[in-house]
Amino acid sequence: MDAFLIQILNGLDKGSAYALIALGLTLIFGTLGVVNFAHGALFMIGAFCAVTLQRIFKLSFVTEDPTQQDFLGNPLKVETPYVMDWFGPEVGAGIIEWSVPLAILFCIPVMIGVGFAMERGLIKHFYKRPHADQILVTFGLAIVLQEIIKYFFGANPIPTPAPASLNGVVNLGAIIGMDIVYPLWRVIYFCFSALIIGGIFAFLQFTTFGMVVRAGMADRETVGLLGINIDRKFTIMFGIAAAVAGLAGVMYTPINPPNYHMGMDFLVLSFVVVVVGGMGSLPGAVLAGFLLGILESFASTTWATTTIPGINQVIIYLVAIIVLLTRPRGLLGRKGVMED
Amino acid sequence: MSKSNLTRRGLLKTSAVAGAGVALPTIFTASSAAAYMNEPTGGSVTLGFNVPQTGPYADEGNDELLAQKLAVEHLNGEGDGGCLKTFTSNALQGNGILGKKVEFVTGDTQTKSDAARASAKSMIEKDGAIMINGGSSSGVAIAVQGLCQEAGVIFMAGLTHSNDTTGKDKKANGFRHFFNGYMSGAALAPVLEKEYGKDRRAYHLTADYTWGWTQQESIAAATEAVGWETVNNVLTPLASTDFSSYITPVLNSGADVLVLNHYGGNMVNSLTNAIQFGLLDKEVNGKDFKIVVPLYSELMAAGAGANIKGVFGSMNWNWQLQDEGTKAFVQSFGEKYGKPPSNSAQTCYAQTLLYADACERAGTFNPCGVSEALEGFEFDGLGNGPTLYRADDHQCFKDVLVVKGAENPTNAYDTLEIVEITPRAQVEYAPDHPMFAGGDLGTCNPGA
Repeated sequence: MDAFLIQILNGLDKGSAYALIALGLTLIFGTLGVVNFAHGALFMIGAFCAVTLQRIFKLSFVTEDPTQQDFLGNPLKVETPYVMDWFGPEVGAGIIEWSVPLAILFCIPVMIGVGFAMERGLIKHFYKRPHADQILVTFGLAIVLQEIIKYFFGANPIPTPAPASLNGVVNLGAIIGMDIVYPLWRVIYFCFSALIIGGIFAFLQFTTFGMVVRAGMADRETVGLLGINIDRKFTIMFGIAAAVAGLAGVMYTPINPPNYHMGMDFLVLSFVVVVVGGMGSLPGAVLAGFLLGILESFASTTWATTTIPGINQVIIYLVAIIVLLTRPRGLLGRKGVMED
Repeated sequence: MSKSNLTRRGLLKTSAVAGAGVALPTIFTASSAAAYMNEPTGGSVTLGFNVPQTGPYADEGNDELLAQKLAVEHLNGEGDGGCLKTFTSNALQGNGILGKKVEFVTGDTQTKSDAARASAKSMIEKDGAIMINGGSSSGVAIAVQGLCQEAGVIFMAGLTHSNDTTGKDKKANGFRHFFNGYMSGAALAPVLEKEYGKDRRAYHLTADYTWGWTQQESIAAATEAVGWETVNNVLTPLASTDFSSYITPVLNSGADVLVLNHYGGNMVNSLTNAIQFGLLDKEVNGKDFKIVVPLYSELMAAGAGANIKGVFGSMNWNWQLQDEGTKAFVQSFGEKYGKPPSNSAQTCYAQTLLYADACERAGTFNPCGVSEALEGFEFDGLGNGPTLYRADDHQCFKDVLVVKGAENPTNAYDTLEIVEITPRAQVEYAPDHPMFAGGDLGTCNPGA
């Protein structure tokens, strides 16, 4: 029973990342009608916001320590971060240690800016082009972005740990007398994702801006005829979607050290999530994200891989086929979306 | 009025004879001019360095390339000479190879077998490369080794640790300086027994391809020989990024050791995930839970950060060794590039020098002559102590390092500490060992 519950948690945890990325993809598709294959790259850039902030905090001045030697036998160059010099060793070390949570604040404006630049600079020119053109240009953009990141940060994963106090494990089953030990940061990741997803839904549901966006998603032309600049609002939504992907990336860095390729690793799966959930359906994206995360988690258990070898590698695509055969519009897809 | 006797059949016969006559000298010219593939005819010889320049192992490939360029410099008599001063074979004089200036071309393996074969083929056919060196994957090494055998050039493998490279997939034109899975097991098992005891239960997570399979087989056999029990072995797809679903069953398996047969990004992620789930803080069967990473690299260690503290593994070579060959190479590489070399860089550097040395001793670039010079060659001074290139399978035999993650690193390069230098005799095995069975070295192919 403990093992079963832990696999559920694993699934929710995996599903959190899928759901956040798929939510952003759906927001962009639902508002702008663009199939954005560069969305995985936005997730990756978010992760590198955390790496960048960590590096900024670690900016150091160098002193030579004649009592120690480097690998060439020269006096050892000791690097002392400026933050430790300015605020003292303990506070400075604390700032560096908390770089991932602090990167949340750093990431939001950066990602909104990246989103705006991407939408205004490139993607808006492809609104009226076929989806195949959009896929090609955004996929190309994703490759360019990941090569830029590789140029500056290298191809090797970069350790970006969570603060030590958030790095241990927590027994989630203690209250009910069970032993369900789970990494604290992964629990935080799930809660954070739930918060972001809830926030996006609340924003769309309970604000005037959200109401206009929803109306625009339903009938862009009519909203435009009412004198509302729907394009501008959709551009803002692109920025918000980019920020959501970026935040998912920032919070993911302690789970797996980021590398330039991480966006691509999630991209295809996230598209499957969007299709299974139903193109243009925000609740569908979230539901499918968690559902497929849980299924993938159970398919990776020893029992599953022994019973059906290779099931862990195909389960998501298998489910996608079954869903699309039985419900061609996806789990919560709406009639008329991508059907013209 | 004359009558022509020309018939259609006659015309065809005459054309065929004339065609053959015209072609004949060309055929003889081709075979007599090139006694072997890409025989150097001018004042230079071209080597092909096939390393990952893009993809997840690009940093490792870049390190290999730096070492290969350094080797070319040293061969041409530039720089400080590096290991030419310490290499026990005194055939290399710093005047190129057989008096010809060494030049090189590079290819990008992308750590994909098809891309690696294509880049090697291009270097051989278009650039006239006479030897191919480099790589960071066993799958790639086996694919390129096969290509070099067919093409008739020598393949001096880079980082490849699968038993199969010099086992069932060995080739007469291929040579491996790097150690292998069997050697990792033979070196690690006694240290693990000493550190963790005989009564241990190990759970393996294994990358699902040739390297993972052979390493797992080797480590399981070696640890079982010292009394450990292998509880389970789970194959993980190479494309896996999050290993949480594979780690959680370990918690309920009764195992008290987790062996991660992963390399590169797989290893960084699986180790990070294992630490996240608190495995190292657990006590199972009355013992502290332990994690083992049988194959380490410096770049993996850097990627895993603090998670590798105290985790045991093995390496082909490490810049902290204190023999003369290592010191000369580290000095040379460090002065030029400002950082210590990785063990993949060292193996590529050593392989390039070994190839050049074999040409000098053989007095030819002919792959069959070079191969003969390398087979059974005993040497020292390249950084791994006394080494033998065994004739039976073209595998190098030398000391192997058991290392562990540094407890208190003092700088960015101080990620691993050497626990033991396992003597060569302990990691040797018979050429017909079952783990290496099934292949045939064949005969050397000079191409042309």
